[in-house]
Amino acid sequence: MKPPPFGYHAPRTLGEALDVLAGTGEHGKVLAGGQSLIPLMNMRLAAPAHLVDINRLGGLAAVETGPDGVRVGALARHAQVERSAGAAAVQPLLRQALRLVAHPVIRNRGTAVGSLVHADPAAELPAVLALLGGSVRLARRGGTRDVAAGEFFTGPLESALRPGELAVSAFFPALPARSGTAFREVSRRHGDYALAGVAALVRLDGDLRVAEARAACVSAGPVPVVVDVTAACGAAPAGAADWEAAARAVRERIEPEDDIHATAHYRRHLTGVLAAQALREAARAAVEDAAGNAGNAGNAGNAGNTAGRAMGHGAGDAAENTAGRAMGRGAGDVVGRDGGTAGQEGAHG
Amino acid sequence: MGETAHEIALTVNGVVRRTRVPGRRLLSDCLRHDLGLTGTHVGCEHGVCGCCTVLMDGEPVRSCLMFAVTADGHEITTVEGLADGARMSPVQRAFAECHGLQCGFCTPGFLCTVTALLRENPAPTAEEVLEGVSGNLCRCTGYQNIVKAVHRAAEIMAEERVEEA
Repeated sequence: MKPPPFGYHAPRTLGEALDVLAGTGEHGKVLAGGQSLIPLMNMRLAAPAHLVDINRLGGLAAVETGPDGVRVGALARHAQVERSAGAAAVQPLLRQALRLVAHPVIRNRGTAVGSLVHADPAAELPAVLALLGGSVRLARRGGTRDVAAGEFFTGPLESALRPGELAVSAFFPALPARSGTAFREVSRRHGDYALAGVAALVRLDGDLRVAEARAACVSAGPVPVVVDVTAACGAAPAGAADWEAAARAVRERIEPEDDIHATAHYRRHLTGVLAAQALREAARAAVEDAAGNAGNAGNAGNAGNTAGRAMGHGAGDAAENTAGRAMGRGAGDVVGRDGGTAGQEGAHG
Repeated sequence: MGETAHEIALTVNGVVRRTRVPGRRLLSDCLRHDLGLTGTHVGCEHGVCGCCTVLMDGEPVRSCLMFAVTADGHEITTVEGLADGARMSPVQRAFAECHGLQCGFCTPGFLCTVTALLRENPAPTAEEVLEGVSGNLCRCTGYQNIVKAVHRAAEIMAEERVEEA
């Protein structure tokens, strides 16, 4: 099908874009990658009266990395962030998650910030921002505000973005010391929206015991659901933490729904399985991270042994993980929504 | 009716093409209807099937998920631009050799996707090939031969690089 008519605006500067958005108000929508918005328009599920195409605002395409984290500009494509070695070094969860977003060709156009503003609870990046406690920077004519992830996602496809505002960047905080991350999901076909998915972060203390463990779940409620499982898994050494208890805590917290792809019951079960896998993998990465840092400090012997033990403990997981991936890979039939996963945005929530 | 037309210029297969399009004209429709390049096929029009994949500034993109006005000033390569004159490109030859197509509807999208894939990664692993073509659908269930064709194209390109050197 074809998209309905709209007024097309192609501002050359950020100021011009904000002026247009101020003028169009709730009738204006921002077009960046368009990989979610244009399918919606082609299917006549969205019919914005005005589109403000920000693709000429090259200044918004930057991916800036610093010790505190990664700031991703509104025009940075998924593929660009995925390839950024600097971003991966500062916050590895970004690349881990982006590899699961739709297909490579979609990732060439879709934008990370657009995906956040689209606020699809089945999408990966909102879960990443929520897990890390990141924020989105919203500009309007005459001002800018930063909205924390916890307040940004307000419902399915709804965000705190107001009419007249443009999400100019998002900030993903850096990985803390002695920490690791992982992202696990299962989808019917490679590149589809996930039936269930979990992003995990584990931080260890100086004795390599779990100091903090959190999981963010996709397709598990109206917004990304972040569950702090630190208490559930116990302050045990990374290799001996009770990840199954953590998985139970996750299952209790989420509110998945039935749809044609899966029942709520199955989603709840699957989310628990993926949470245990992702947390275990994040803990392993945290042990390696601690070993690496200790090595730099001249303590490689001890920490290396600890890393070896923790790695060995996880030997059984490899098969489990492969099975998880295989489940996500079904070759299968055609009908799917994968076109939508990637980026773009909405001017009103 | 009464929609504003926008003047755009695209460099398509090396030739500057100017046309006037309404804002809502999809790049896929612009290529087919306004510029007469019907090699780009349109399947689902919501980014799932991959038939309409073209190269924009060398990178594969869905032409159905892009407005022609956004592509103004960019370089587009369609399936018509892959061959070197009368000589098919290595990817095209490999698809023919390996029977990588039956009805041919999905083929332009596969050819563009694979051309970019092998440019970026001249010797992909089996898994990388599967990942690389995972966004393109073939309803003739010809995937086995398509995957073979990708590997064969990589071989042909490697042989040609040796010959040139």
